[in-house]
Amino acid sequence: MSARRLIQGGRIDREKSLRFRWDDRVLSGHPGDSLASALLANNQWVLGRSFKYHRPRGIMSAGVEESGAIVTVGKGDRRVVNTKATMQELHDGMEASGQNAWPSVRQDLGAINGLFSRFFSAGFYYKTFMGIPPFEWGRGTGMWMWYEKFIRRAAGMGNASREPDPDHYDHVHGFCDVLVVGSGIAGMSAALAAAEAGLEVVLVEQDWEPGGDLLGQYGAEAERRRQGMVQDLQTAGVRLMLRTTAFGLYDNGVAGLLERVTDHLKDPHRDLPRQRFHVLRARQTILATGAIERGIAFGNNDRPGVMTADSAGLYLNRYGVLAGEQVVVATNNDSAYNVALDLAGAGAEVSVLDARARIPGRLSELAADADVNLRNNCTVMKANGANGIRSVNVAIRSGGTRSGGTRSGGAWKAGSRQDCDLVLVSGGWSPVVNLMSHRGVRPTWNADIACFLVPEPHEGIRMAGAAAGCWTVNDCAQSGLSAGRAAARALGREVTIVDAPAPGGWESPIRPLYEVRIDGWKLKSLVDPQHDVTSDDVRLAHREGFVSVEHLKRYTTLGMATDGGKVGNVIGLALMAEALGRDIPEVGTTTFRPPYTPVSIGALRGRSVDTHFRPLRRTPLHDWNLAHGATMTMAGLWHRPWYFARDGETISEAYVRETETTRRAVGLCDVTSLGKIAVQGPDATEFLNRVYTNPFAKLPIGKARYGIMLRDDGIVMDDGTTWRLGETEYFMTTTTAHAAKVMAWLEELLQTRWPDLRVHVTSVSEQWSGCAVAGPKSREVLAACVADGAILDNDRFPFMGVIETELKGGIPCRIARISFSGELAYEAYVPSDYGPAMMDLLWAAAAEHDGCLYGLEALGAMRIEKGHVTGAELDGRVTLEDAGLGRMGSENKSYIGSALRKRPELLREDRPRLVGILPRDRSQKFNAGSILCHPDAVSGLGEGWITGVTHSPSNGHWIGIGFISGGHEAWDGKTAIAADPVRRGNVEVEIVSPHMYDPDGEKMHG
Amino acid sequence: MIRIACPFCGERDHSEFTYGGDASVVYPPLDAPAEDWAEAVFLRENIRGMQAETWHHVSGCRLWLIVERDTMTHEIRSVRPAHPGIARALGINVEEEA
Repeated sequence: MSARRLIQGGRIDREKSLRFRWDDRVLSGHPGDSLASALLANNQWVLGRSFKYHRPRGIMSAGVEESGAIVTVGKGDRRVVNTKATMQELHDGMEASGQNAWPSVRQDLGAINGLFSRFFSAGFYYKTFMGIPPFEWGRGTGMWMWYEKFIRRAAGMGNASREPDPDHYDHVHGFCDVLVVGSGIAGMSAALAAAEAGLEVVLVEQDWEPGGDLLGQYGAEAERRRQGMVQDLQTAGVRLMLRTTAFGLYDNGVAGLLERVTDHLKDPHRDLPRQRFHVLRARQTILATGAIERGIAFGNNDRPGVMTADSAGLYLNRYGVLAGEQVVVATNNDSAYNVALDLAGAGAEVSVLDARARIPGRLSELAADADVNLRNNCTVMKANGANGIRSVNVAIRSGGTRSGGTRSGGAWKAGSRQDCDLVLVSGGWSPVVNLMSHRGVRPTWNADIACFLVPEPHEGIRMAGAAAGCWTVNDCAQSGLSAGRAAARALGREVTIVDAPAPGGWESPIRPLYEVRIDGWKLKSLVDPQHDVTSDDVRLAHREGFVSVEHLKRYTTLGMATDGGKVGNVIGLALMAEALGRDIPEVGTTTFRPPYTPVSIGALRGRSVDTHFRPLRRTPLHDWNLAHGATMTMAGLWHRPWYFARDGETISEAYVRETETTRRAVGLCDVTSLGKIAVQGPDATEFLNRVYTNPFAKLPIGKARYGIMLRDDGIVMDDGTTWRLGETEYFMTTTTAHAAKVMAWLEELLQTRWPDLRVHVTSVSEQWSGCAVAGPKSREVLAACVADGAILDNDRFPFMGVIETELKGGIPCRIARISFSGELAYEAYVPSDYGPAMMDLLWAAAAEHDGCLYGLEALGAMRIEKGHVTGAELDGRVTLEDAGLGRMGSENKSYIGSALRKRPELLREDRPRLVGILPRDRSQKFNAGSILCHPDAVSGLGEGWITGVTHSPSNGHWIGIGFISGGHEAWDGKTAIAADPVRRGNVEVEIVSPHMYDPDGEKMHG
Repeated sequence: MIRIACPFCGERDHSEFTYGGDASVVYPPLDAPAEDWAEAVFLRENIRGMQAETWHHVSGCRLWLIVERDTMTHEIRSVRPAHPGIARALGINVEEEA
């Protein structure tokens, strides 16, 4: 094994050296290197261990399909596993290491798995550990669950950092006329053609340099051509995005792009995101995504030192690295000849084994001129060497044609051994049709050039260049031009259409060769090296009855590794087709799904993290509440006061005091977060009468009414009070939780079902600040704040009354006398900006009466005492009757849900009904979420559940609210069990009416 | 990502919208028998192909729209306001579209 950096050549900057750490060694490379090329330049071959058998693995390619050089890059909380060394730009100070090996990739104890590899065939773990004696005779899947964690540990994909991701990621949204994916000669031609037609073009390239295949070609002419085209692109105004992968195509021209911003930098500026996740909406898309060279399944074809032919050319011409001195090239097509000639020109001793019988004369002559040893009807049967290549066994075609041979490659016999240190393989090319596959397009098999193609445009997406099966540079250029013009024409531009070249372009046709099999030889031939799937595994799957390629894939895990089947799929399909006695087109292909290459979770999440995970809503009283000692809590998206602790009070002490103070004197509570909807129009009354279950037709101006609305299916949707402000104007309040849903629902009804109703609804939740003033002294407090206190007299302003008035200082205000706490209480609303001013007035007045501020905890305590329902009870399963509100359902009118709420099942007496819950031993506590059970059957789903608990200051002990079968009447005098097995255990409880405080409502009417 | 051409706002990502339901359902009168309501609320065709459905431009103009969408391809054939008066105000001929 003797890879080395040549003294000249390549696109690297030899003036500068980059030092990097590989496992325990410090190595050096140059700017322009990939991690893989730098490792190769340092003659590092064993870079990883395989997934299942721990076979040594090295560089197998130079691109995204890499299945050998899969390494861990970075350290600490920036450690990234399963990085393809071929795609990682080298930077100074990089730390990288091999993975899936202990103690190191060079001496790996796990390699013992390889000795038992015949046991580790497809489905091994499932067959062994699931359902087969002696492991788990009659034991269900329990043993599997136990073994699984050990199995998963042995099957290695690297160890990700367990630290939080220190980097940030951005989401970017964009638009363009034409998106071109891939900056090879086809992509650049296409982008240019579209841009010259006056279109806005985005060209994305996953590499850090534009040019695609031109980067790997020998000579100054290719570079001149490349630079010229890049220059033209800039002149034409094409937006070129490097280090950016189009990982998925979605509906209506939407593409997902991942831009790697800092992964190649040693010390990125801290304000830069690590990656950007682009959502690009393109009117037309051109996929010039190139093609990926296939291997051939022969013995030990995964050894370090076996790589695709094209990649060796790229390492030579782009990076100035000669990967071997004694090279065997196994090919079945023309494409490997350029590489063979380049390597010979760089001083290597090269043999080409061409599986074809006839070799084009021109290529034979070129080979002869370059001293390349050329043999036809030959290929590699087996590579020899443990951690590298020492020699190959040559296979010689026997029989000649298909007869007597296998469909996957013909008949072969063993030939002589040939020394070498590098084996290059070209089994043909697979156009990258993956993105088209994302759109549900099934590629079709082209037998002439032995690959899958998508010839027809689909949804404004076109293939171009090698991705369309064009193998020559000039065809690629024309293909790109054709696609660019076609896209421009599709967008209405007057351009001349150019015919696309036919697929192909080799002098002599490819001869399909997928596997080299020879009777009497046991060969370990990898089809999907990354997942250690062998050709025998594919045949085993067939013998076990798998027929569909989709099942084959899942059973053997072929194509399910991080390359997503880029390497092994076609060979696997060919072998399956052979086993079935069919041709590849009949077997079909599996569907490629996004992402084309892995996308980090961080990029998906973008900035939606920590406090930006979801929006935060604050009321206009937020700062006022904080200034007055509020401890806040989350209520949906809202930040609301939880309690107002005094002098070192705990939350329990605070809310009990707040409740007692409110019930004794007066309390103030920010209720701004309630949903508020202006319902206006001549038919507003009729509309409300249809929406609410109770009558609204005769609600007088100046009165509020508590209402419940149902869904179509008769289940409770929401509740709240609606105030009649005028003949055609109402002010509806909703629960905090359902405000948005109710608004959308009202809009739906008005726009889709009842367009004849002259009603307009407007969300005014953010226009009004609200404060509940509750307690026996609430009238005095409010009277001290309004311009004319006399309007609050009980006669002028009775329970459920509504007035529009002014607070002192001329603050407009609307007040309703409504009560959630069960006390004499009001809700006062002022325009949002006046909220703090209202609070200053109210708080000064409340202080006169020894009042308090109270938060959600006290609010909850008081509503539980009263048996008022909230979102915790109205959970989408509850009927009016269940909530104890059956009397709210009018029998004299029809309304939304009135028909279906009468379904027999919903009227059953034994449905869970709203109840109050008391501990039998009054000193005991129980938890919300407990299951209510019959004492004889404390298991299963029980008889009901607890939705809320509080320490009730009025009762002096814990109480709860919840649901239980049949309601409190059915449980009168009986004991239930509040079961909470993982926390508190079982508590004996009594079931009572939910109205546990002032059941007749004397206080709030007083 | 489906792109929906809102007749009021222009073409927008579907993430600005919420899906409503089958737009072909004719809800019975409120006083219709429970059987009629059960049919309207619970019984749905599972259409393979073009389907009329309601979408709400909840993060936009808040119009309820009737969208004809192919359930296989997400191709959108037409978009119009559900409310005929709004459609007329936007110059969309409802009779023709329907």
